[in-house]
Amino acid sequence: MPHDHHDHSHDELSPSGHPYRQDNDEPLTYWQTMEIAMRELLIEKEITTAAEITARIEEMDRRSPADGAAVIARAWVDPEYKAHLLADGSAACKAMGFEPGVLRLIAVENTADVHNVVVCTLCSCYPRNLLGLPPDWYKTRAYRSRVVKEPRKVLAEFGLDLPDGMTVRVHDSTADMRYVVLPARPKGTDGMSEAELAQLITRDSMIGTSVPKTPT
Amino acid sequence: MAEALNSWVRVREMMPPGHVRTPSYLRGKRGQLERTLGPFHNPEKLAYGLEAEKLSLYRVRFSMAEVWGDAAENPDDTLDAEIYAHWLEPCDAP
Repeated sequence: MPHDHHDHSHDELSPSGHPYRQDNDEPLTYWQTMEIAMRELLIEKEITTAAEITARIEEMDRRSPADGAAVIARAWVDPEYKAHLLADGSAACKAMGFEPGVLRLIAVENTADVHNVVVCTLCSCYPRNLLGLPPDWYKTRAYRSRVVKEPRKVLAEFGLDLPDGMTVRVHDSTADMRYVVLPARPKGTDGMSEAELAQLITRDSMIGTSVPKTPT
Repeated sequence: MAEALNSWVRVREMMPPGHVRTPSYLRGKRGQLERTLGPFHNPEKLAYGLEAEKLSLYRVRFSMAEVWGDAAENPDDTLDAEIYAHWLEPCDAP
């Protein structure tokens, strides 16, 4: 039986042509040990419970870019809501039923002349309470260091070529605020419902590395 | 600190150790106040469990020309960042 022996090299590929993922049976790192020790102490001292920790993780995992897309679609169809979103992002999310928690949100609007893109050069600040966890590339040094210096080149690598006449505004989330891009509503979407519009709004279009899909 | 919208400010050129939320690539650079936020507790003290005073936080808009000089990809593109009050001093327009 091919699965009964484990002497194959780690370079070997699976039948589907992908590398095998290594088992995580190496020793714990310093910080993994620290996390486990801290968690066990907090549980032992009855400050929290394992169930509470799991519930918080599930709460975070429930959030997804679909939440942000619903907010953006509402702003596209309702000028009053759009004004609310631009004036107070957190309150506008709450009004849609998305609990902002500690999130202090600023929405930045793309127009015919301005394109916005969001980064956190210091760490990985991201509007998690609205969009869920950030993509891995958002946290890389490459994205964080390059998008503040050569945003047009970075956006072109994402497939977004901006005309010279358009101003690029990069937003570095350096402190207490988080940012979401309010993309421009695509042409040819006049008759579409709010739910249909939400389907066009991608995660990356709310980070600013992309624009919404156009209706097919 | 002048708080009027579009006032010119310079980011202080300090290099203190510790948990600092002012990126080093912006230190010494001049920009304009885009909006005032906060007040929020000073993160440089909060990070160490110290009593942290409340400070105004400003969104400052820099031109790429100011931040990167001749190396700017497009001089008129902008970079907005949140900078705490004690990191800013009023300055003249460049």
